[in-house]
Amino acid sequence: MGHRDYIGLIIMVVVVALIPRLIENDYYIGILVFTALNCLTCMGLCLLMGYAGQISLGHSAFFGLGAYATGILTVTLGWSPWAAMGAGACLAALVAVVVGVPSLRLKGHYLAMATLGFGAIVHIVFVAAVNLTGGPNGIAGIPHLHLFGFELSTDKSFFYFSWAAVILGLFFALNLIHSRVGRGLRAIHGSQDAAGSLGVNTARYKIQIFILSAVYASVAGSLYANFVNYIDPGPFDVMHSVLLVTMVAVGGMHNIWGALIGAVLLSILPEFLSALSDYFGGVGISYNPDYDMLIYGGILLAIMLFLPGGLFDGFRNLLRLSFNTMDNIKKRVFS
Amino acid sequence: MAESILELKNLCKYFGGVVAVDHLNITVEQGKIISIIGPNGAGKTTIFNLITGFVRPSSGKIFYDGKEINGLKPYVIAKMQIARTFQNVQIFPQMTVLENVMVGRHVRSRSGFIFSTLFPPVFRTEEKKIREDAMQFLDIVGISHFAKNTAGSLPLGNQRQLEIARALAVEPKLILLDEPASGLNTRETLNMGKLIEKIKKMKITVVLVEHDMELVMDISDKVNVVNFGRCIASGNPIEIQSDPDVIAAYLGG
Amino acid sequence: MVAMGFNMIYNSTGIINLAQGEFVVLGGLMMVSLTMGADISIPVAFVITVLFVTVVGILMERFTINPVKPPTVMRLIIITVAVSILLKGSAMCFWGKESHYMRHFSGTEPYEIMGATILPQTLWIFGVLIIIVAGFIFFFNFTMTGKSMRACSINRDAARLAGINDRKMVMLSFALSAGIGAIAGIIVTPIIQMDYGRGALLGIKGFGAAVVGGLGNSIGAVAAGLLVGILEALGGGYISSHYMDAFALLILLIVLFIRPSGIFGSREASRLKEF
Repeated sequence: MGHRDYIGLIIMVVVVALIPRLIENDYYIGILVFTALNCLTCMGLCLLMGYAGQISLGHSAFFGLGAYATGILTVTLGWSPWAAMGAGACLAALVAVVVGVPSLRLKGHYLAMATLGFGAIVHIVFVAAVNLTGGPNGIAGIPHLHLFGFELSTDKSFFYFSWAAVILGLFFALNLIHSRVGRGLRAIHGSQDAAGSLGVNTARYKIQIFILSAVYASVAGSLYANFVNYIDPGPFDVMHSVLLVTMVAVGGMHNIWGALIGAVLLSILPEFLSALSDYFGGVGISYNPDYDMLIYGGILLAIMLFLPGGLFDGFRNLLRLSFNTMDNIKKRVFS
Repeated sequence: MAESILELKNLCKYFGGVVAVDHLNITVEQGKIISIIGPNGAGKTTIFNLITGFVRPSSGKIFYDGKEINGLKPYVIAKMQIARTFQNVQIFPQMTVLENVMVGRHVRSRSGFIFSTLFPPVFRTEEKKIREDAMQFLDIVGISHFAKNTAGSLPLGNQRQLEIARALAVEPKLILLDEPASGLNTRETLNMGKLIEKIKKMKITVVLVEHDMELVMDISDKVNVVNFGRCIASGNPIEIQSDPDVIAAYLGG
Repeated sequence: MVAMGFNMIYNSTGIINLAQGEFVVLGGLMMVSLTMGADISIPVAFVITVLFVTVVGILMERFTINPVKPPTVMRLIIITVAVSILLKGSAMCFWGKESHYMRHFSGTEPYEIMGATILPQTLWIFGVLIIIVAGFIFFFNFTMTGKSMRACSINRDAARLAGINDRKMVMLSFALSAGIGAIAGIIVTPIIQMDYGRGALLGIKGFGAAVVGGLGNSIGAVAAGLLVGILEALGGGYISSHYMDAFALLILLIVLFIRPSGIFGSREASRLKEF
């Protein structure tokens, strides 16, 4: 039970180790770093949405909190980046409790709107609190991370580091899913009343999962700040929160691998489309980054309408279908 | 003399202007099968919800094993070894049959949030025990061959059995069954009756809300008739069947 | 008015349409193109715009809401989010990222009334609001279709049994809320200058008004909308204009947390389905 998931984890380690051998271009490596950070955030969000069944349309606020915590503490107060990351995670956890506890009573659309409002408020604070956050100009000069005395300043070194973080995060997430607590969470999603009647403290679990997903996002945000060495409020707005939800929903929110698939695909998509349009350049179809929004919206809509379990579900059904067909063929041939 | 494991004293519940439960007094003796019957809308499921903490009483008290339990949250009630099933079957449709029952073992296991996050299942010996215990309860109920099936794909009769297996996994001293025979055919109802008697042999007190009169009269030790939130008659099945108030309630006289 | 739009869809389907804000944006932007770009007169452009956005609303309902089975809450929310992204993206592609200016309906000279300056456009806004509210009161209370819609929202199955075509009612509710959103966008654009990105904020504030007024209660929505608007302006005056939006949102959050049924709503209405 769950063995396949852990085997998948090992495969991931292998793949991640190999990629820098195959891709020399630093630009693409950079894209993959951003992909890793999205994966980390989306994993947390997937635990919240797919397993505990709660929606958060304001999750990039936590991402931003981690980034700004790192930015402010390292640049203004001279803290070490690791300490700043820890502080950011604590801050995110605290905010999650403050927002989460009253939200417990909210369900469905109310919860969606509350998280949307929360995300918008945090973004406005990022922009408006100029003395603290540098306002629209943000914070520059954020230092790199040091790992065992080794400075993570190259794209490649950060690639390994960020994906190691993803793998570690995945490890923890899988542990949680295949545990008594994970079952409790899925039970809450299945029927909150029944779960309560069986001794699952639904309120406590929902808060704990919310905190965990906030911490995942915050750590990803801190890593982002350490990688790019400069942050401004731009990437932490409502649109980004919606994009995160899109990644999880498109990939398949009910399975953690789905979240990864969604994050990877949608992070690489713009590059892919741009490459495609270069290819088709002669034909007159050109790709404009402005079309991004349309494409994301379209993909999300299409998946939600036709494949609500996400790509992961579709892929799994496809596999099942092919195995069944192969079985049938075998039976016919050998009878 | 058998002690009363559950006592409802002057229990009242008002929903806005509606009186759902009206100064209800019911005593449940340990180790017996007690039924609550009454016309639809008489407040029977509300009684269960009051006992299991889904709804707070407007007034009155509920005593379990001598302790007051009104107003406690559902998960606390479960820890006190009271289990229940639901009128509209509330299994976890996306999980397998076995996993459903494993959730039932929640109160019998301990791994917390942090411990579960840090260590994979192989290092958690408790997991294996939970799985084995869950299998046993599937055996008791008789659906262990469905263990790996998705719960939502089972037919209703099996789903009701699953819900009971899951409730039994709590190892309750008291189990509340809310219309377990609803939607079942004659054969399935007979099997349900046998299962409930099996539960009684496990020394678990059963409180049963049911509409199927044959089943109720067949297996109950005591029957309480509730109408408009009040208990209008209480006694063994034979007494109840000839009670004029009961007959009036059902026929609307 | 945005709040009324939310209420209508919520009443008939139980879902919150997160794309509501985009209807407002579309209304405003379209009006700009017609009046400033194509130089069409205001009344004519008004009608064309409202019709156009209404059609968009109908298309949304037909293609993205109706076909969804099972209509789980999570799925529907994400679908409305997806539609709002699509609408926003389309707006960006057609109208670009800059703010668009539209001339006021009548002059731009403010009036002086009791020491306060009021723009004529503001009077137009209030005037239209009153007409709309009056129109809706009439529609919902005195016409057959309106009453059918109300029946549908109270108990959909019973309405069906009574012979009301509930799917048509849902479509109508989307059409009406799209239309009303467009009108809101049209009358407000001369003052605030519309751009493609305003949808989310307008939508949230409108939802805030709907919640404060009691979700499902339209008179409450209008009252709450005015209330929130006033509070927002006051807050902007006293605290700082940057935080104005945050202030309105904070009000929304506080109300949601403390009294989700709003000021005028009923406790029952605030018990929503779980995911």
